Amino acid sequence: MTTVPEPQPLLRLGRRGRAGVGLSSREALFLLVPAMVPILILSVAPLVRGIYLGFTDSRAGFGVKTHFIGIDNFRMLLHDNLFINSFKIGLIWAASVTAIQFCLALGLALLLSQPIRGRWLARSLALVPWAMPSVVVGIMWKLFFQPQAGVLNELLYRGHLPGSNIDWLSSFSWALPAIILVGVWAGMPQTTVALLAGVQGIRDELHEAAAVDGATTLQRFWTITLPQLRPVIVAITTLDFIWNFNSFGLVYVLTQGGPGHQTELPMLFAYNEAFKYGAFGYASALGDAMVVVIAFVLGFYLWGRLKEAS
Amino acid sequence: MIVSPRRKTARTAQYVALGCYLVFLGFPLLWMLSVSFKGPRELVELHPHLIPSQATLQNYRDALTQNDLPHSAWNSTKVATATAILTTLVGLPAAYVLARQKGLIARLGLGWILLSQMFPLVLIIIPLFLLLRQLHLTNSHIGLVFVYMVWTLPFILWMLQSYVRGIPRDLEEAAMVDGAGRLYVLRTVIAPLLAPGVVVTALFAFITSWNEFFLALVLLQTPDKTTLPLRLAQFVGIEGIPRLGPLAASALLATLPSLLLFTIIQRWLTRGLLSGAVKG
Repeated sequence: MTTVPEPQPLLRLGRRGRAGVGLSSREALFLLVPAMVPILILSVAPLVRGIYLGFTDSRAGFGVKTHFIGIDNFRMLLHDNLFINSFKIGLIWAASVTAIQFCLALGLALLLSQPIRGRWLARSLALVPWAMPSVVVGIMWKLFFQPQAGVLNELLYRGHLPGSNIDWLSSFSWALPAIILVGVWAGMPQTTVALLAGVQGIRDELHEAAAVDGATTLQRFWTITLPQLRPVIVAITTLDFIWNFNSFGLVYVLTQGGPGHQTELPMLFAYNEAFKYGAFGYASALGDAMVVVIAFVLGFYLWGRLKEAS
Repeated sequence: MIVSPRRKTARTAQYVALGCYLVFLGFPLLWMLSVSFKGPRELVELHPHLIPSQATLQNYRDALTQNDLPHSAWNSTKVATATAILTTLVGLPAAYVLARQKGLIARLGLGWILLSQMFPLVLIIIPLFLLLRQLHLTNSHIGLVFVYMVWTLPFILWMLQSYVRGIPRDLEEAAMVDGAGRLYVLRTVIAPLLAPGVVVTALFAFITSWNEFFLALVLLQTPDKTTLPLRLAQFVGIEGIPRLGPLAASALLATLPSLLLFTIIQRWLTRGLLSGAVKG
């Protein structure tokens, strides 16, 4: 990515109206139809219907009548300890994974922007999780955390450290930290790539000028790197938080939400409600509640951007 | 140049940090690789070693002959290939509009692309499940391909439109001023320049569908239809330490195709995903 120059489209605004190049609305619509029809039928309409289903008593069976029941599902949700639990776990998981991931990815991005030997290896390794199925990532870390044949306990044992007998993924106190570690590992690529692009986008003159003025590396980091990266940082952490909040496959493979319900993220809870117990309406209400959380996070982000712009 | 002692410590610190990152990122992978080469006797050993004392290929043989892995791989290949081709074909014209138009439609389109990445899938999958059941397309690869198409379209559109933006408008203008029709220009000027980006995008769609788990879990029910991630997730249920060898081997084999393709496209991929997103 370093060597590829940014494509510079020679756009000339204001010439759009000239004959030939600009697309007429009719042409544009014609070209959009092949993508728009499936999106409307298989994405927008289901989404709208999904939001609506949260206000119904829809069940999985064939030929079951669905009734509008207002906010009954939401009232039930508020009294459902498992729901409260899943949202609590979801928020803890999303916040921890996002925060740890951000710190690690920022460090890695800064390191990779330095001319040091062996960085190609770190760069390639950092991208690997991107290409792996989440199920395989889960399996890999299951092997890592295995109580007897696993490598973590063996390392703890050899280092004479405590904890070498713990069954990490089945432990009430350790399962959540364990899956957070996995979440961090799995999400490194996107965060690192975004931050690295941001770091490389900072103009060298800024650093040079500061260095001439006698600023230390740390000072330059606080006064130049971080402020310059701010837009990228805010955008990627917001996205990471939302993605992590919506996460499913990893934890499904690692713990199935157990032990007890210690690692039951909202999506796992919703999946069980919908496809184990057939409570489509209730699961959709849960999805609606997730949208509220996501909208809140997104609103916070947009509010910050608006404030910055004014 | 004289290297000051302070610089030297900074250098050392950088290499130590790099080393830590390499261990964190690479060690779990290495361990899975190691387990995949261990025989059942070595796997139950009380204190395992990273380098297998008696490396064996038996796990890979098991993975390929038992558990229907090749059949699931074939299912995954079919679904991912169909998704990649269909999504790219459907997305290409729309991506051209998104890149070249600055009107309301383009703005709506780009907004939708971003927003669609943020909804919890459970909200969409239940109505989709009901719809596909009506059409008798649950537990069907065709139904899954349609769902994958819509699910991959947002970032496919995003990538394609950024590649289109990379082609100077002047090229099109020049050809059109010379009196060439739009279709002719698209075919002779745009298509050859866009081809590499289209290939990268299609391969990325292939990889994401190959790796996808949640939608397949909901929509596919019978063993003859299962894709690789589903099959692997079923292995996980079968506990027992001696089974870990074949499990590791299967997991690695299932990752190989997407990892290979990813290695080929990663240079162009990061560019396509980030151009415009970061530098505004």
